[in-house]
Amino acid sequence: MKNVKVGIVGYGSYIPRNRIKVEEIAKVWGADAPSYRRGLMLQEKSVPSWDQDTATMSVEAARRALQRCKVSPQDIGAVYVGSESHPYAVKPTGTIVAEAIGAVPHCHTADLEFACKAGSEGMFIASQQVRAGSFPYALAIGADTSQGAPGDALEYSAAAGAAAFILGRDQILAELLETHAYMTDTPDFWRREHMFYPKHGGRFTGEEAYFRHLLTCSREIMEKSGRKPKDFAYAVFHQPNGKFPYRAGEMLGFEKEQIDTGCLVPKLGNTYSGASPLGLSAVLDAAKPGDIILMVSYGSGAGSDGFIWKATSLLSKVQGLAPKTWDQINKDPRYLDYGSYAKHRGKIRMNEGD
Amino acid sequence: MREVAVIGVGMSQWGELWRSSLRDLFVDAALAAVKDAGVDVKKIDSLVVGCMTSGLFTGQEHLGALMADYLGVKGIPATRVESACASGGVAFRTGFLEVASGMSDLVLVGGVEKMTDVSADQATRALSAASDFAYEAYNGITFPALYAMIARSHMERYGTTREQLALVAVKNHENALKNPKAQYHLKLSVEGVLKSVLVADPLRLMDCSPLTDGAAAAVLCPLEKAKKGAKRWVKVAGIGQATDTIALSSRPDPTWFEATSLAAQRAMRMAGVKPSGIDFAEVHDCFTIAEICAIEALGFCKPGEGGRFTEEGHTALGGSKPINTSGGLKAKGHPVGASGVAQIVELVEQLRGEAGDRKVKGARRGLAQNMGGTCGSAVVSILEKV
Amino acid sequence: MQPQEFWREIPQRYRLEASKCLKCGAVFFPPRRRCAACGHEKFALTRLPREGKVTTFSVIRQGGGDMIRISPYAVCLVELEGGVKIAAQLVDVEPEAIKTGMPVRLEFRKIRETGDAGVICYGYKAVPA
Repeated sequence: MKNVKVGIVGYGSYIPRNRIKVEEIAKVWGADAPSYRRGLMLQEKSVPSWDQDTATMSVEAARRALQRCKVSPQDIGAVYVGSESHPYAVKPTGTIVAEAIGAVPHCHTADLEFACKAGSEGMFIASQQVRAGSFPYALAIGADTSQGAPGDALEYSAAAGAAAFILGRDQILAELLETHAYMTDTPDFWRREHMFYPKHGGRFTGEEAYFRHLLTCSREIMEKSGRKPKDFAYAVFHQPNGKFPYRAGEMLGFEKEQIDTGCLVPKLGNTYSGASPLGLSAVLDAAKPGDIILMVSYGSGAGSDGFIWKATSLLSKVQGLAPKTWDQINKDPRYLDYGSYAKHRGKIRMNEGD
Repeated sequence: MREVAVIGVGMSQWGELWRSSLRDLFVDAALAAVKDAGVDVKKIDSLVVGCMTSGLFTGQEHLGALMADYLGVKGIPATRVESACASGGVAFRTGFLEVASGMSDLVLVGGVEKMTDVSADQATRALSAASDFAYEAYNGITFPALYAMIARSHMERYGTTREQLALVAVKNHENALKNPKAQYHLKLSVEGVLKSVLVADPLRLMDCSPLTDGAAAAVLCPLEKAKKGAKRWVKVAGIGQATDTIALSSRPDPTWFEATSLAAQRAMRMAGVKPSGIDFAEVHDCFTIAEICAIEALGFCKPGEGGRFTEEGHTALGGSKPINTSGGLKAKGHPVGASGVAQIVELVEQLRGEAGDRKVKGARRGLAQNMGGTCGSAVVSILEKV
Repeated sequence: MQPQEFWREIPQRYRLEASKCLKCGAVFFPPRRRCAACGHEKFALTRLPREGKVTTFSVIRQGGGDMIRISPYAVCLVELEGGVKIAAQLVDVEPEAIKTGMPVRLEFRKIRETGDAGVICYGYKAVPA
């Protein structure tokens, strides 16, 4: 099976237009904005409107992925949506997406959840399914509209966005050269049933959680494929803040330039399940034929999925067929004050309807 | 078909009537009309009740039987008719048909709505049942917004001004000052309208008709019988009804009230008159823009000229074509199911020369235009002094 | 809103499915069972394009019910490419920046919720193209 070529045949991303700056949040809680800007390299983050959620962003990202390929939605045999903010606690998001893009009814669907790793999980499963010949194409989406508790450090980074990838065996834009998974049971971040905001282990989320899993996964996948950091044009790491992916890259021997294109977090915030998938989408927007790309996700709880992709000559033909990720980040942002942000995010207690 | 006369009209009190129920309102108006006609309520052959949505406003349906019972005439046939805000007008036409056909000799037509037993949100939702609920209301598009979109189209296409819209409200409130039955006796200025709170731009609060509790009724009989036995009568010279898409988006031109135009053509053909033969009219000014579009569709002025026609004073009391001498829906009030019947009340009072200070001099022929939703349905009635 | 009431319209709300008369080619949204143009009763399913332009609009200053969460909000009539017109909300734009004739695209958005526990209803909203 391994000699069957699989890869990304279509990709798309979606980022809400609304933003809030770290200074606006810090002002409300009397926090030190410069420390977030310098220390965590966070400038601003995307904010979903009341009418945007994981389902809506997933649909738009999926439609953009379809714009970049000639795949008929009816040939998409599987839809996997990874998120920790599925709109329903019980009722799938994947059915909404499959229905909206016209992939129903002969379609396998699953909602995935593994903190910030759920998106890459879908890509992992989808690629194996396609390689095994179960479906001609499979769609994997990472999307989140995560919330940090008001005043919590996570409030400065928890953002919204989605990236969608159609995996297939022909007309490949980025061939999948290698996959790898590394995980242990490490409770560094969680949200219990019925709780609105997540809890985290503070500084415990660093060394034993993010760095251990992400670095090990990265080293092992490079070793498995016989590649060294200099062999990669780009590296995309999970990005809970601006500091962590650069630090991880440095520890692995990557240059800043290899990380820049796929590191969206300073301007976008942490899109959780969307984070490394969105980073990959930004890299695909820029990659040249033959470029090798390392992508390693991280999800609290905890684990990392690693992927090595190789851009094909077809990629440059489709990059302009849908909105590019960095263009969405930079184009026409609408800055909210904290009051409007709280309104959009449902943080204001409203009257009961009648 | 027999010729039909209106021999009596009546109204309940109109306003926010905390102490009056749906049935109280109806019976008040019905008894006033019967008394005005000078007939015995027990002689009524048939009852027609116009009401838009008592179910959503009060939980009560089955109004035909309920009102017949509370009027003390249970046993007679009683029919409730609905066509959103044109329910009253359609009830009037239904009563007309009963008499004209020979089926009944004495028909009581009433319209009623009790709108203040629900919250403002619930009232908005109830009224939005008159729109294409699954494709307009579902998307959060309210009635003020639908008319606002009509207004914007009219302004951008024909150069109709914000002031011209305001003048409709100012005029109708001016008329209402002379109508003791009106809900509002409140002098308005153009500036006052333009400073009122924005509801759905370009429409402001003072462009909108109010929520009103109220009822109106009319007694109909064959013209020949009226001439023999009634105290006084007014002839129903023409009546027309028509429909259009209820979804505003499905129309080629949102500013053109096709259903009103069709209903008017039918009514005028039946009455043998042209728009120029109409001395005055009550039109469905649920929003200021609605009056402008209505007078265009009725042929009182050319399409697009309604704003200027209003500004030039033609529609004022004393103008060439007085419109809404009663105060209209805007100032007299708009209990949706009752408004179409109340327009008949005003026509009758004018034609009998009982309109007091708001009297249209020499009026011989009046027209009432009543419509549902954004004119998905319309009824036009022409009454004549004979 | 009960789920079945929303669910029934999913093909229209999610995918803009319309009916195209097999005889005269007229396109209807939502789909119809009898052609309003020629009376024919056989249709082909078609999907409307998602691009169009605003033909008129309004900004609702304070919506009722759960709409207060998104107030003020704009609504508009959109003439889609091909000529079919639909009514929709217009989002992601400042009220002052809305103009008749502006190009828009229909995006997938949440339209309403039925309280905190009820079904979530999705559909289309216009955004600046």
